Parts: sequence; C-alpha cells; structure tokens
Amino acid sequence: MSDKRTGCSRRGFLRGLAGAGGLLTLWRGLADSEGSSASPKANGKGPEAARHVQYGMLIDLARCIGCGHCVQACKMENDVPHEPTTFRTWVERYVLKARHTVVVDSPNGGIDGFPGSVPAADMLRSFFVPKLCNHCERAPCVQVCPVGATFATPEGAVVVDREYCVGCRYCIQACPYGGRYFHPEYHVADKCTFCYHRVTRGLRPACVEVCPRKVRIFGDIADAGSPISRLLHRHPIQVLKPTLNTEPRVYYLNLDKEVR
Amino acid sequence: MVPKQVVAIVVLAVLIITTFFVARFFLVPDSFGLTGHFRANAITAIAAQEPRYAGEEACSGCHPGIDELKIRAAHGPVRCEVCHGQARDHTLDPARHRPPHRTIPPGTCLRCHEHNATRPEDFAQIDSREHRPGIACLACHDPHEPEVERI
Repeated sequence: MSDKRTGCSRRGFLRGLAGAGGLLTLWRGLADSEGSSASPKANGKGPEAARHVQYGMLIDLARCIGCGHCVQACKMENDVPHEPTTFRTWVERYVLKARHTVVVDSPNGGIDGFPGSVPAADMLRSFFVPKLCNHCERAPCVQVCPVGATFATPEGAVVVDREYCVGCRYCIQACPYGGRYFHPEYHVADKCTFCYHRVTRGLRPACVEVCPRKVRIFGDIADAGSPISRLLHRHPIQVLKPTLNTEPRVYYLNLDKEVR
Repeated sequence: MVPKQVVAIVVLAVLIITTFFVARFFLVPDSFGLTGHFRANAITAIAAQEPRYAGEEACSGCHPGIDELKIRAAHGPVRCEVCHGQARDHTLDPARHRPPHRTIPPGTCLRCHEHNATRPEDFAQIDSREHRPGIACLACHDPHEPEVERI
C-alpha cells in the first residue's frame, strides 16, 4: 500500500529506519573498539588489567587481642568523625555462651579496646572480629549508586567520590557488611578506602601499620609470590557472607561460623 | 514536496537530540566515563590525601639502634607508631614536631596486656590488681625489649 499524497511508502519508511538503526549500531561498535584500544578499560579482564596490583587483606582472628589500635589509627588517619556510629573499621567481641547463645558487643567500635573482661565462667568461647569494608569485586553499593559516585579503582579498592556523591544513602542500605556510614560533616557516604592514599605511596594501610599482633596482612593478591597470596594459598580461608556472591577482598583466617 | 508532518517530526527530533547533547555537555562532569562509570579524576583526588602515619621504615632510618633492639625481642612485630602515635610530621621536620607519645602515656601497656578472657591464651597478659600493683610497668620492663627485667 503506498500513499500517493506524501510520496512515502510504508515499506520505504521501514527500510530507511532499518538502515539508520544499522548505521547507528555500526557507529557505536566502531566507537567502542576505538575506545578500548586507545584507553583500556581499567576494570576489564583484558591484558591491561593484569598490570594493576589487586589489593586484598587477610585477617587472622586467632591473633586479634582487641586492643583497638586499628580503630583509633583509622579515625586519626582518615579524619573519621569521633562519633560512636561512624567507623571505617571496628572490632566486635563475640561471646559464645551455653545453649547456643551468642552475644556480640563493640563498645564505641572498640576504639578504646575492651576494658573489663567477660566473666570466664559464663562463656564457652570468645574472640574478637575486626571488620571493615570488604571491597567486594561484585559490590552491591557500587551497583545501587544512582550517580556513579562509588566505584572500584583499577586496583580493586571500592571508594567514594566525595565531590560527586549526592548523599542519597542507597549504598549504606545496600552494604550487607555495614561498612559504610553517612559523614555528618560532608553529608556524603564514607567508607574504608584500603587507605588508598597510603598504599599508592607504598605505605601500609593505617590499621595494618598499627596492629601490634600482625593480625591484618595487606598486599597484592594478583601477585602469586606476595606474602598475602602465599597465605591465601596455604590456609583455609573464609569470607563474610559468602552466599551473597559479593566476592569480598577481605579474607578471614580462623573465622567462626557464628560470625555474621 | 516534503509533507508538513514529516518536517514537524524532524524538527522536533533535532530539537530533542540537541537539547539532550547540550544538557549532557553541561551536566556530565569532566573525566566521567573515561575508565568506567565514575569520574576518573576522583581517583587522583582520593590518592592526594596526606598520610599521618609515617610507617616503620621511616623510623628505622634515623633510629636504627631501637629497631635492632626491638626486632629481636617480643615486641618485634609491634611497629613504632603503635605506642608512639602518628609520626609523619616528625619524619618530615624532626626538629619542630615530636611524635604525640614520645614517652608512652600510662595505660598504654595495659591496653594490650591487661587480662581479658576473650584474648588468645598464648598472649602475654597480667591482672594489674595482682601483678605488682602500684608499680609502673616501665620500672621493670623496657618496652623495646620487654622480657629483659631491669631489676
């Protein structure tokens, strides 16, 4: 059926549309291939990604004494507000009592240690668990950010762009590990960066630097010869909430099943 | 002759597309999308933060004697800034800045060594009410070499 009045047949119109669509696809394909050859995608799986170190942290729970130096140093290093709700890292005390009762406490994040022991008669077992952002490879917080203000650096550290964050708090809700808090001064989400400013200068993260028992081991998990890789290969390692498939970069040694 | 409707729709489309690209030009920040769905410049900004802890290697350059003493003793794994506090200012200008805890404040030892049932059993702990109460830890122990008693 052709329309004499407009001189434009339906078939002709559809043909034109298909041609335009094909051209657009071709143009986008070209643009993509140019983009990947000129500026390699940092998070891609190509050979370019192999050049970057990949940060990871191993925490040996059997060694932690709950002194809280890590919490204190983290706040000092990163200007984390001194409020009992704002932490980039914190320490929890787990107390396992009879009849499967588990009591967890973290007085002010453990920043002053844990003065006052739990009565030994009352408990079956007890241990400390330092926690921080797990720097997930498949981070829920990155996925939910509506503006792209939180992302993983090429080295795998999940960070927040403080200038670009709109403070919607979706990421704080999305994090299954409670690793994020709302910065009361800057009104943006804030979190552990693996001390990105330190590790890119060749220093250790502040919490690792001040850990007197070397509970926390930090290093390059992409380098098979690094101390952390060797430990990861030789010991039974666990992560927090493995069923969520977040693929954390914070690994635990001697983790109890009670730890959530 | 091009019909009126087609002209209208083409003009409208051009207007919408132009508005989109103009808005995009002003709304999307510099460096967004260069290496992913984020501002590439943010990485530089985050990396520019100044450290406050210098790292043990910065200490041992000027205080090698302490380092050698400590490394053989029980406090070998305890890095300098655990007790002495953040010392980057000190390493940059030693004359003007001292580490916050040049002499360690009271309570520093007990923070780690006071008995706590949650701590690993193989870790050295004391009950400060029973272990020489009223006597300062430093009277007997050198914190750099704690197992050698002075008296």
